[in-house]
Parts: sequence; structure tokens; C-alpha cells
Amino acid sequence: MSKTKKGNVVSYNKWGYIFLLPFIIVYVVFQLVPLFNTIWNSLFEYYEAGLNVVGPNFIWFENYKTLFATPDIWKYTANTMIMWIMGFIPQILVSLLLGSWFSDTRLRLKGQAFFKTVIYLPNLIMASAMSMLFFSLFSQSGPINSILMQMKILEEPFDFLYNTLSVRTLVAFMNFLMWFGNTTILLMAGMMGIDASLFEAAEVDGATPGQVFTRITLPLLRPILIYVMITSLIGGLQMFDVPQILTNGKGEPANTSTTLIMLLNRHLFSKNYGMGGALSVALFVLTGILSMIVYKFSNSEE
Amino acid sequence: MKKKLLSVLLSTAMVAALLVGCTSEEPVDGGNAPADGGEVSTEDGGAVVEEGKVLNIYCWNEEFKSRVTDHYPDYVEVDGTTGQIGDVTVMWNITPTTDNAYQNNLDSALKGQADAAADDKVDIFLVEADYAGKYVNVDYSMALSDLGITDADLANQYKYTQDVVTDVNGNLKGSSWQGCPGVLIYSRAVAEEVLGTQDPAEVQEYVKDWATFQETAATMKEAGYFMTSSANDTYRVYSNNVTSKWVEDGVVNIDENIMNWVADSKAMVDAGYTNTYDLWSEDWSKGFYPDGKVFCYFGPAWFVDFSMAADAEGSIANAGQWGACSGPQGFFWGGTWMCPATGTDNPTLVKDLILTMTANDDVLKEIVVDDNDFTNSKPVMDAMAADTSYSSKVLGGQNPLGMYCAGVETIDLSNLSDYDQGCNEEFQTAMKGYFEGTYATEEEAIAAFYAAIVIKYPDLTVPQ
Repeated sequence: MSKTKKGNVVSYNKWGYIFLLPFIIVYVVFQLVPLFNTIWNSLFEYYEAGLNVVGPNFIWFENYKTLFATPDIWKYTANTMIMWIMGFIPQILVSLLLGSWFSDTRLRLKGQAFFKTVIYLPNLIMASAMSMLFFSLFSQSGPINSILMQMKILEEPFDFLYNTLSVRTLVAFMNFLMWFGNTTILLMAGMMGIDASLFEAAEVDGATPGQVFTRITLPLLRPILIYVMITSLIGGLQMFDVPQILTNGKGEPANTSTTLIMLLNRHLFSKNYGMGGALSVALFVLTGILSMIVYKFSNSEE
Repeated sequence: MKKKLLSVLLSTAMVAALLVGCTSEEPVDGGNAPADGGEVSTEDGGAVVEEGKVLNIYCWNEEFKSRVTDHYPDYVEVDGTTGQIGDVTVMWNITPTTDNAYQNNLDSALKGQADAAADDKVDIFLVEADYAGKYVNVDYSMALSDLGITDADLANQYKYTQDVVTDVNGNLKGSSWQGCPGVLIYSRAVAEEVLGTQDPAEVQEYVKDWATFQETAATMKEAGYFMTSSANDTYRVYSNNVTSKWVEDGVVNIDENIMNWVADSKAMVDAGYTNTYDLWSEDWSKGFYPDGKVFCYFGPAWFVDFSMAADAEGSIANAGQWGACSGPQGFFWGGTWMCPATGTDNPTLVKDLILTMTANDDVLKEIVVDDNDFTNSKPVMDAMAADTSYSSKVLGGQNPLGMYCAGVETIDLSNLSDYDQGCNEEFQTAMKGYFEGTYATEEEAIAAFYAAIVIKYPDLTVPQ
């Protein structure tokens, strides 16, 4: 009797593995193998010079040395982080606000479904299309400049796309616009998961809405916040399409909006697989470290 | 690698064998076939060997396509990217030049050439002077003599156009239908208003050297006009008058005259005489219209006719309100060469296209009359320069050919390197940062240029 029971358990387990199999296969073929391949590639001198192929020559960590010897890598890392933070701060604030409004049962907002759809809509547009749109809007002969000139705010067209602050702001704004809807929905889901009786109890005790938010909502929302933070961080480090299209791939002005992935793109455009690999691995490690920091930092306060 | 070499060798041998077949028949109508002899060989070749049904042409814009559409007798346009010559389909593979996209695309096509199916093989690819050397000095391009094109066929061409596509062993590997000596193109209306004259000879006095050019720029600024649309407009004029190459022994080298351009341009930008737009950008092209308030551009014949919005209602070119004079220094810009690709499966058609488009005086004359290009035939151009009945509509009835003829004699290509395109592009990008003040110093901008160029060309090093 007991034997057959045990057998049943085993055979059920088997189905678990079988259902996992498609994912595992896809993951190994398309993620894990390329990952190790990239690491392996980063140890070679391997590029195409015109019509000639140089390498692959095994050169240990020379690519990494070259990579970190140029000051540009730090500059691009800073660019990436600055533009991410510039977009993330307003994004998280607006999302928290909207999320708490949407999930507040006492407010009973009308047309919630409509607004939730609207704020999510920008995310449905391709980042490149969005970027192209802003490129045309803000070009020197574009509509924004002509409106500002007709309103006598500007005397001559301002080159929004060749000014460090305005380019970074535009990139951050686009990222904000595209992602705040997504974040709102995530945070809202988290907020709705909080036991309503806690809010009622706080109210009975005479807590102000501000106190309710900081003492109850935020602490209980922490797991979701960490999740949002880490996914956004990873997305931010991989920022590419928006600045690439907005600045025509040049990271204008003077590479102050060049991100790490844009640099990777340049290496790969010259078919420099060694350097491309090294940069990818560096980025992988950086992402890992930063995610760890965020995770530890947010958990240690307990 | 060895395998690839072998297959390239084999395919060359095959094509060579094929051509031996052609030439062995040709002596019947005499070795001294006239320039239009190409047509004869089409019939002969077509009858003898079965050739590919698809002709693949790699290029970066519509210019050559429109030339073929208008001037190649049997060409019928099917749609935007295909055409028909007899029963052969012509496929146009068009990739823009910017950021090396065209070259990268062409490189991978050529590397796959040996293994590609006959209909997918590159048959003709176009190159510019900026990187012609890269393709001419490798086996992926074919010597014209292997196609049966003789020096006599191309005797009327300007010598410099052949120098560009001659490999280190002296084989001619391409042919062009145009010559590209550049001129200064000025707005007649602005010249009349500010300088009080629109006569080319008199305007030339105001732009005869760079110092005078700067003085005139100050006058233009006072009158509310920009001297040029962008600092990059004058770039070619400086960069064609250099005394050293961009790359010497694998090391990037910035010529003194390029630095003169930096100094002069910085002064002009700071004084508000010009802007820093990228060439071909929308803002840069504003000057093609009267509202753009631009006095002059620099460019060769193709630029005047092909690029200055001559078809657009309201443009200066449309009204025929540009004038041309020789400007501060002679220069050339661009030029398109047709190169037959090794391994082509349509050798006779390729030969005929090259001969018709680049060596047939009648066709070349037609191109001048219809499209105002400066074509690659010395006798035709000399005759037309003297012909008072020819005039350019864009240039308000002026006949600029004499100026081009004089300019073409001074073209010096000894300082071309295979890396010119990337170097020119990255240098202008970096210097824009300096002109606009984002890089505080020249050194900073040059460091940025060095950083960018080693990414674009990993095989180069920069001076320490």
C-alpha cells in the first residue's frame, strides 16, 4: 500500500519536470549558452577590419584592460545612471500617488478603468517610435521651437537636441512616460493586497492620511517596491533605444547621453566581438552588484 | 579562410574561362571595337552562355538607379527596388552610407559571395572615393580587363577617376560616369542684396581665399544671413587640400589643414556666421529655401542637381536662383564608381552596363543635358563647356562646366586612405561638440575623436 503511494508521488513529480522542460530547453539554448559564449568571447581578440577578420586570438583579460583603461566607460556608466534616476524618481512618486488614489476605496474614483488604460497606453508604443516623435517635435525647425518662438518665449530656435540637460531630460521624460503606467499597476496590485482592516484601525485611532501612507502603506508595500526598483534598475542599465534614436546614435551632445548599451552597439557595429563580450560581461556584473545592493539595503532596515 | 580563398579563386577562374570564350569570338568584328561595342557582346555572350537571371546591385542612394532608369536603353522600372533588363531582373540593394552601414552590409555580402546562390551573388557594387581603396585592393572586386573592357574603351575618362579604383598592381577595377570637382554655390538674391552683384566673376572676388571668405561672412552676418549653413560645409574644401593621410601605418593622423578647418570654423561658429548642423540633416537643408537665410553651400555637380531640392516648389534651386563660382580652394566631393564583383553570374550584362553608363559619349552627354551632372568624358565636357546653348537651370542659366573642367585638373587623390569615411564622420561629430562648447577645449574634442575612431576601426591605434 505504502509502496504504491510513494510511486504515485514520484510519478507526479515527473510531470512537474516534464512541464518545466520547454522552459528549460528554451532557457539553455537561448540564454545560458549565449551567456557563457559571451564570457568566453570576451577573452579573445576577434574583430573584422574592413574585409579581413582578425583573430580569434586568445588574449586573457586584455579586452577588460582596454575597456577599463578608457575613461569613457565611467562616463557612460554615469550617463546611464543619471538618466535612469532622472526618470525613476518622478516615476515612482507619480506611481505611488496614482496607485494610492486608485486603490483607496473611500475615494471611489469614477472611470478608473479608463484612466488605467490611458496611463498604460504610452507603453504600447514602440520606444523607437516614441523617440522619433520627440526627435521631430524638438528639432530646431520642429513645432516646439516654433510655438515657443511665436509665444515670444524664445528669440531664436533652441537646440534641445544638442544640450546636455535637455537631452537627458527628454530621455528621462520618455522613460517616465512609458513606464509609469506599468509601475502604477504593479504598486496598485500591492496596495490592494494590504488588509483593509489595517486602514480602518488607523482611521479609528485618528491617523492622518499622510501617517496612514507612511506608516502602513509604505512598509507593507516594501516587497513590491523592491521588485519595481530592481526591474527598473535592470531596465535602466540596459537603456538603449530611446537615447540611440533621439541622438542619432551619437549620444549628443559630446557623448553626454551615450549609455553603456549604446557603446556596446558601437563595438558590435564594427563587429568587434571581443570588446563587445567584455563590455557585456562587465555590464552583467554591474547589474548583479547593484541589484544585490538594492536588495540588501531595503531588507536590512527591518 | 583557406576554403574561402579557394572558392574565390575557383569562381575567378570560372569567370575568366567564361570570358576567354567571349574574347575568342570577338576578333571577328575586329579588336578595335568602338565604345558602344558592349551591345554587340551582349548578343554574342547571351547566345553562347546561359547567364544569371538576377542582377544584384549594391548602392547607398537612388542616384545611380535614376541614372540607369533614365539612360540605360533596355531598363524598365518595375518598382522601387527592382527593374528589368531584357529577361534579367535587376535588384537594387540600397543601404544608407551613414555610420558605415553601407560598407558593413556590403562586407558581409561579399564575404558570403562564394557560397551564395547564383541569383544572390553581388554583381555590381558602388563605392565612393572615401573608401574605394578598401574594395579595390582585395579579390572581391574584379579587374575590368577580366570582363573584356580595354583601356581603349575608357580612354576618354578623366585620369583621376581611374586612379581611385586602380589597385596596387595597376589593375583597373571600377569605372565612374561622373567627375566631382566642387564649386561654391551661392544664392544670387543674397549676393545681389548684400554684395551688390550676382555675377560669378565678381562674387568670386569676395570668396577668393579664406581670409576674404571670413570678411564676407561678417558682412553677411550684419545683413542677417549665414555665410554657410553649417561649419561642415567647408570641411571637404579643407580636407581635400591636406598633405598627409588620415591613417599612416595604422596610426590615426590629423593633418594640419584639418586643424585649420577647426580653427576657422570655431571662429565662424562663435561669431554666429554659421551653424553646426550635420550634413544632410533637416536643419542643414533649410538653406535650400529663401527662408533659411544661407548665402552659400559647397558642392560638385551632382550636389547642385541632385541634392538641393530642385524639384520642390519654392526652393532656390527650383527658381534657378543659385550661382556658382570656384571659391577659396579647389576640392572634390564624392563620386560614385561601379565595381564588378568577383563571382558575378552576369558578366556580359555587367560589362555592358559599365560601358554604356561610363564610357558611351552619347549617354554621358545625355546625362549632362538632362541631369546637369559633370560626366566622365573629357572630350564631351570640353565641348559642352564651350557650348553656349547649354546652361544649368538650377544655376540661373549659367554654364558651370568650364569651372568644373578647370577644377577637375587640380584634383589630387594621393592622400586618400581606406578609412576616410569613418574618420571624416567621427571628426565632424567630435568637433561639433567643441564648436558648440560642450567640449571645453580642442584637446578634449580630439580625445573624443580618438576614442570614437578606435571603436569604429578596431585595427587602428591613436598617437599617445
